[in-house]
Amino acid sequence: MGSKRKFTNLFKSLKRNWLLYVFVMPALIHIILFRYWPMFGLQIAFKRYSFAEGITGSPWVGLYWFNKFVASPRFLEIIKNTLSLSLYSIIAGFPMPIILALILNNVKSEKWKRFSQTITYMPHFISTVVLVGMMSLFFSPSSGFVNTIFKWFGGSGQIYFMGMPEYFPHMYVWSGVWQGMGWGSIIYLAALAGVDTSLHEAARIDGANKFQRVIHIDIPNILPTIIIVLIMNCGSILGVGYEKVYLMQNSLNSGVSEVISTYVYKMGLGRQQYSFSTAIGLLNNVVNFLVLIIVNKLADKFSGTSLW
Amino acid sequence: MRKRIRKQIIKSTWDDRIFDLITGLFLIVVVVITLYPIYFVVLASFTEPVNVNSGDLLLYPKDITLSGYKKVFGDSRVWSGYFNTLLYTVCGTVYGTAITVMAGYALSRKDMIGRGLLMKIFVFTMYFSGGMIPTYLVINSMGLVNTRLLMIILGSVSVYNMIIVRSFMASNIPDELLEAARIDGCGNGQFFVKIVLPLSKAVISVIVLYIAVNYWNSYFDAMMYLTDSGKYPLQLYLRTILFQSQAASLNAETAMADPEYAEEMKTMAQVVKYSIIVVATAPIICVYPFIQKYFVKGVMIGSVKG
Repeated sequence: MGSKRKFTNLFKSLKRNWLLYVFVMPALIHIILFRYWPMFGLQIAFKRYSFAEGITGSPWVGLYWFNKFVASPRFLEIIKNTLSLSLYSIIAGFPMPIILALILNNVKSEKWKRFSQTITYMPHFISTVVLVGMMSLFFSPSSGFVNTIFKWFGGSGQIYFMGMPEYFPHMYVWSGVWQGMGWGSIIYLAALAGVDTSLHEAARIDGANKFQRVIHIDIPNILPTIIIVLIMNCGSILGVGYEKVYLMQNSLNSGVSEVISTYVYKMGLGRQQYSFSTAIGLLNNVVNFLVLIIVNKLADKFSGTSLW
Repeated sequence: MRKRIRKQIIKSTWDDRIFDLITGLFLIVVVVITLYPIYFVVLASFTEPVNVNSGDLLLYPKDITLSGYKKVFGDSRVWSGYFNTLLYTVCGTVYGTAITVMAGYALSRKDMIGRGLLMKIFVFTMYFSGGMIPTYLVINSMGLVNTRLLMIILGSVSVYNMIIVRSFMASNIPDELLEAARIDGCGNGQFFVKIVLPLSKAVISVIVLYIAVNYWNSYFDAMMYLTDSGKYPLQLYLRTILFQSQAASLNAETAMADPEYAEEMKTMAQVVKYSIIVVATAPIICVYPFIQKYFVKGVMIGSVKG
């Protein structure tokens, strides 16, 4: 009796809200076609894919491609490059937006605050192609202004920054900081706007100066936001994006600039090694997913904040 | 006692002044470092090539010229790139916004049965994907490689944007409104068009801008899937022009036939690069300050609960 009524209710609700399902349909179809269907194709990581036999028809080879990747001479180099780039990015890039937000939050002049926000958000809208293009122009040994400035301080003025492997990680990371710092601060500013002003009042009466209030009121209040952002950053620890690295690569820095995603691209579309490339991509994806889950668990345990 | 309090107040104001000084300086440095490269690009794009090449251009313009822009606008590939980018951006944004807003609204309705499951299906793709090659094979099997259609639809749906719409609507459109509309005999479709859309202007602007910027700036999908250079978006041309070496930019035969032209191209190369950066980026940078508040709003809505 009860279940029957439940069923009629369900039916009624579906009938009444049928349009909502129509609304979801296009997005769902898109996701199924372009996201889930490729996941079905992941099986070629365990197969010897050939165009003629197709995804399902190709013969299974087990973990052959994974073993091949791990045994390949470039394996350690690529993993090392990927890890060091992403760790360096997190260490350098993670605190900057927080510092900027804390400072912006303390700016008294509304006008100056708005101006500096507008300026610092701007680089976020510059495309990767333009960003790397700007870098190669600015750091050019013959005509870039960076070398001109270095010359004032006694440098040779002929340093080819984009081509020297020892500069590559710094160039990659700090250009990222330049581009993302302002935009990244918005989320913290939003959190800071929610800090109860009476806390600041009370602290001021107790004689706390601005710096002390930032340390003891502002930071603890935005800690949940900080942790969430940190979890997200750690979740892409092996996910150094190909877009920027690929553009920054040249024959001189290839030893330090090859990362997993660019290697996947070159092996896959460049050399047509579909199965090999898919296996590497899958490995990368699984590791990222696991790291995200682990970091999320840890954050939940130690701070009570987590993504889900 | 009183004296001590006053002393403390004076001390704390001194601390505060030092704090203000240090943070103020920090902010000025950040603003200058952010602004200078952008300023320099604009400056260099208007400067006589000789001054740009020698590297002694720093703060103020020297020998203003438009020759860089003349070269850029004289290049037919730039026009076709601009056309393609506009086509992909406009169509993709309209299509993507429609899909995103509809799905976001449906998923914001608490009385929609199965929305939890649907949400999980969407969110999972944020953390796990089939990867580059399987995606390529799927798109290839659909016959979409090297088509304009693919460039329009591929980047249209982002789960993150859907979540933004969903969060906004869940917290800004009260359930009572729906109840009242129902009593008046208003169906879901009418409610969506007459009430939800007008109330969601803010979040729709956010989504439009997010999607549009994304289309405007992307190059990698085009590089992967397009083979026909007539379909290349602007960013892909930019890549060719910005990253080709000076030697490669010159066709060896033209250089032999017309050494003067070759020499001119060589001196022009840098200024042309600066000019094309301005041409490609100006539309976004110029519009951006006026619509900044929408972008910021988007981040804030998104941060409520991801």
